[in-house]
Amino acid sequence: MNMMHYWRAMWGIIGRELWRFVTQRERFISALVRPLVWLFVFAAGFRAALGLAITPPYETYILYEVYITPGLIGMIQLFNGMQSSLSMVYDREMGSMRILMVCPLPRWFLLLSKLLAGTGVSILQVYVFLAIAWFYDIHAPWQGYLWVLPTLMLSGLMLGALGLLLSSFIKQLENFAGVMNFVIFPMFFMSTALYPLWKMKESSVLLSQMAQYNPFSQAVELIRFALYGQFNKYAFIYTLCAFMLFMTAAIIGYNPSKGMMVKKGGG
Amino acid sequence: MKPAIALSIENLSFSYSGKKALDQVSFKICAGECTLLLGPNGAGKSTLFSLITRLYDTHEGRIELCGFDIKQQTRQALAKLGVVFQQTTLDMDLTVMQNLRYHTALHGLGRKEAVQRIQKELERLNMFDRRFEKIRQLNGGHRRRVEIARALLHKPALLLLDEPTVGLDVPSRLAIVDYVHQLAVDEKLAVLWASHLIDEIYPNDHLIVLHKGQIKANGTVDDVLKITNTTMVKDAFYNLTQGGQA
Repeated sequence: MNMMHYWRAMWGIIGRELWRFVTQRERFISALVRPLVWLFVFAAGFRAALGLAITPPYETYILYEVYITPGLIGMIQLFNGMQSSLSMVYDREMGSMRILMVCPLPRWFLLLSKLLAGTGVSILQVYVFLAIAWFYDIHAPWQGYLWVLPTLMLSGLMLGALGLLLSSFIKQLENFAGVMNFVIFPMFFMSTALYPLWKMKESSVLLSQMAQYNPFSQAVELIRFALYGQFNKYAFIYTLCAFMLFMTAAIIGYNPSKGMMVKKGGG
Repeated sequence: MKPAIALSIENLSFSYSGKKALDQVSFKICAGECTLLLGPNGAGKSTLFSLITRLYDTHEGRIELCGFDIKQQTRQALAKLGVVFQQTTLDMDLTVMQNLRYHTALHGLGRKEAVQRIQKELERLNMFDRRFEKIRQLNGGHRRRVEIARALLHKPALLLLDEPTVGLDVPSRLAIVDYVHQLAVDEKLAVLWASHLIDEIYPNDHLIVLHKGQIKANGTVDDVLKITNTTMVKDAFYNLTQGGQA
């Protein structure tokens, strides 16, 4: 097995995922509509109810729409990560996952390639969202649009790895609805995506602590700071550790000798 | 000269939560040999395939593909294997070509070589003209042909087919049965074909009858008829599986 084999396989997996995404127009549109509704409707309505103090990385008072934008970027990646895991469960039920699993490459590499492919798709969605937000007068410094790219990579990988991990546990497609209720919604609402920590602390200390340790919060903060050209070291380390933890668990989950494959009855 | 052993299975056992699905299964398949794995539903055929393809882990016994242990030398072993699963595993929204290119990428083939092999395999199956059609537009028989072409692209030594003709009309079924038998002869390919359709057996085939996780018969068609004292495979199968549905 030479490096060229790995390279070709990785691009094969990424190319397939990107092509599928581009050709599935409904998926592309729905991935954009969700955060845009939050931005145009929810944020506009919520603006009056929530007063925001000046907190880093912001140096002046900001509109709620500006505050919520990194959270919505996180939302795009969170949903995309879950969508990828849904497609893994679907692929497994339909059998096309088997083709991937019987190819002569290490399983961790195949899963990582799949993850990179999903992250690439989510980054595409994020930049289209940011472009639309720009026309809605939500502007970050132009360098921020570049700085945010590596952080999107990491946050996308972390959320994708979580999706991958969940997919190794989900037995059937029908069980996926549970993921929506027990993972996506708590993760999104119990985070700094919609309101800052200090604001949350005013109503519940416990809730703010939970939000602080929520890896999604840290991913959102990483994006928020990067968008303004700043590096949030704590959020970076936290997100990186969460990615490594989720990825390791997902690899174990997909390992035929250790994971859930046998218990589930195959891939 | 004795033909090379493509698949060797020794004392293979497997259980699902305490219930034995395979019990001390042993057999060998040589290059150029077409082996039909017969067994009623629940006989353990799918479990056996999942173990050979390493979707399940081997806890008891040993599986070797062209001398490579599936557990210790997984990647070398899997490189020798071509598989057609029972369910269609093609991406419906991609074209024939895209599906096949995906497979060649997974097996590390370069663009030029991939295109040449795809053309060769598709031409052999009269599917080359349809290479830019989406899988969704093809009928069941044609989808199966694409899957067989795909399984051969990386030049495997062993071709596994898990009831590939289920749900196909008679002409499509016969064409596939004939094609695979011819492949075994022409390409010196070892074939393991799980089936419960007696008419897919050719007189020169090897038969393995699996029932309740155990091998009840293993040999040529003549051998199996002799040990069961029957003249038709249908009757032999009936005797060996105590009336199990063929």
